[in-house]
Amino acid sequence: MAAEMARDLAYFRLREEVEELLYEEADLLDQRRFGEWLELLADDLHYFMPMRRNVAFGTHAEKENTRAGHDISWFDEDKWTLAKRVDQIMTGIHWAEEPRSRLCHIVTNVRVLAARPSCAAAREVEVGSRFIVYQNRVETETYIFAGRRNDLWRRADQGWRLAKREILLEQNVLLAKNLTTFF
Amino acid sequence: MISSDPLVDTERGIVSREIFVNDGIFAEELETLFARAWLFVGHESQVANPGDYFVSRMGAESVILCRDKQRQVHVFLNTCRHRGMKVCRYDEGNTPLFTCPYHNWSYATDGRLVGVPQHKELYPDLDRSQWSLIEVPRMVNYKGTIWASWDPKAPDFLAYLGDVKDHLDQVLDHRDGRPGGSEVFGGIHKWIIPANWKFAAENFLGDTYHNPSHRSVDLIGIGPSANAGQNTGRRDNEYQGGQHVWVSFPAGHGVHSVWKQPNAPYVESFRDNKEVEEYFRHCYEERTRRLGEKSRLLPFTGTIFPNTSYHGRQPRALCVWHPVSPTQTEIWRFFLVDADAPAAVKDLLRHYYMRYSGPAGMTEQDDMENWNYATAASRGTIARRYPYNYQQSLGRVREGEPIPGRVSTQVTEESARGFYRSWQRYLDGADWDALIGRAPVRQAAE
Repeated sequence: MAAEMARDLAYFRLREEVEELLYEEADLLDQRRFGEWLELLADDLHYFMPMRRNVAFGTHAEKENTRAGHDISWFDEDKWTLAKRVDQIMTGIHWAEEPRSRLCHIVTNVRVLAARPSCAAAREVEVGSRFIVYQNRVETETYIFAGRRNDLWRRADQGWRLAKREILLEQNVLLAKNLTTFF
Repeated sequence: MISSDPLVDTERGIVSREIFVNDGIFAEELETLFARAWLFVGHESQVANPGDYFVSRMGAESVILCRDKQRQVHVFLNTCRHRGMKVCRYDEGNTPLFTCPYHNWSYATDGRLVGVPQHKELYPDLDRSQWSLIEVPRMVNYKGTIWASWDPKAPDFLAYLGDVKDHLDQVLDHRDGRPGGSEVFGGIHKWIIPANWKFAAENFLGDTYHNPSHRSVDLIGIGPSANAGQNTGRRDNEYQGGQHVWVSFPAGHGVHSVWKQPNAPYVESFRDNKEVEEYFRHCYEERTRRLGEKSRLLPFTGTIFPNTSYHGRQPRALCVWHPVSPTQTEIWRFFLVDADAPAAVKDLLRHYYMRYSGPAGMTEQDDMENWNYATAASRGTIARRYPYNYQQSLGRVREGEPIPGRVSTQVTEESARGFYRSWQRYLDGADWDALIGRAPVRQAAE
């Protein structure tokens, strides 16, 4: 799909706008401005992080990832659940995030995969990106999460809103005791 | 240097920190405990068809659960007989053969060695029948769940369970009271935590005392009626009015269950969705009708000794605490659901399970933090000199009232004491009569 999009000025303008948006979002998360982050989420958001399986050659499309809407995944949820996660952190007694973790979201390899109706007048945009999320908590406890994201952003009156996010974490057995951060 | 005090003193209610951090003791556990006890391997729904396999673990070792062409279920050690390479490095799938990538020895799904390259020239005398995949000597399919033991002399699984069977049944049976009928959702949680496996096993066998650690999730409310505006904390009030019981069993199992009042009315639950609420109402009524007096027993949590734990209702899952090192555990969780439940029921449960359990679970995250730093703060030279306190409700226990087992009707560490008593017996190399609390069978005079 990305290959079909012309790399013209409108494409690069849109990509720049989307990059700014993703960097701003990363800042909101790292600075724990969760209320503002939740405002970026569309009411019908689908937030999905599958588990990744080791499967035989030729069966990846079908079996590598757990399926949204069918299987158990790390996350397969909506805005209500994400708001609950924020509420829990904000109780100040969610021990897995108290004392708070130090977080650093690196977002890169940003590409516009589709824009509707067009790059120049985009109301809806599919965005691919890579992330590294560095988490450090208490004293020496450190995790590095790396992977890909496929987003769907919608332009609303107040600005861009995230309508879909698929997060492909490049791990099989999760090498972290908890997933207390957002991706 | 370990002091000469006993590691486990259940009379005084004292357990040494060494057993949670010591490398030598961990190695002994693998040898004397995980190589003998019945361990949970998987669920038959994961290997429904001939050739289906699911790679699992027993203790620290990889095993393959698979179904052969004759539909027989097997559990094999995942290692080639020639040079030890794993014969399967996929998580699950379907295959006619397990072919070792190293020298291409291949094995049928019933374990037989069927392929040895150049065998006529290089191994003219090889008796292939002696070089099958290593199979567990004991395996059972209990209501769809597959359990295995490496000890040929292990007692039958039901004898191993003893009276904890009644509680495990309430987990495995259909919500409407029919026996069995569960399946495992696709997607097995697997993750690693920096904690000793026994913290988790013990937490589930009846540590209700840690309830306040989950205050944050109770404040916000994530139960299956929370979205409909009914905040009852982590779950619905299904146990309302019942007598909570904490039961310890001779083989080391422990549970927290609820003994409901006779003819207790249905407590409305799963109110987020009307169809789901109606399903569970129907199941409750059916179950009461089918099981009669036995329907009074509702499961909460429990641990089947040594490392399989369950949530019985909200959520409903089996969890295995695989030992990796004294201070590392790999956790695998299998979420259960009635196989014939309507799609709406499965969907609501799936979402609830994910927000409750595991590394992304709002309840369990706080447990992991506690097990992590309890382990970390017990490793020190000075810390190891001071044992943990297991004296809660010491002596406040009754035998067989109102249900079989050593029963407490107040929050207690009796099940933990029982767990560590059994743990010590395994490490002492006790015989099976002692391990499962069975009276020795007298041998007839020759």
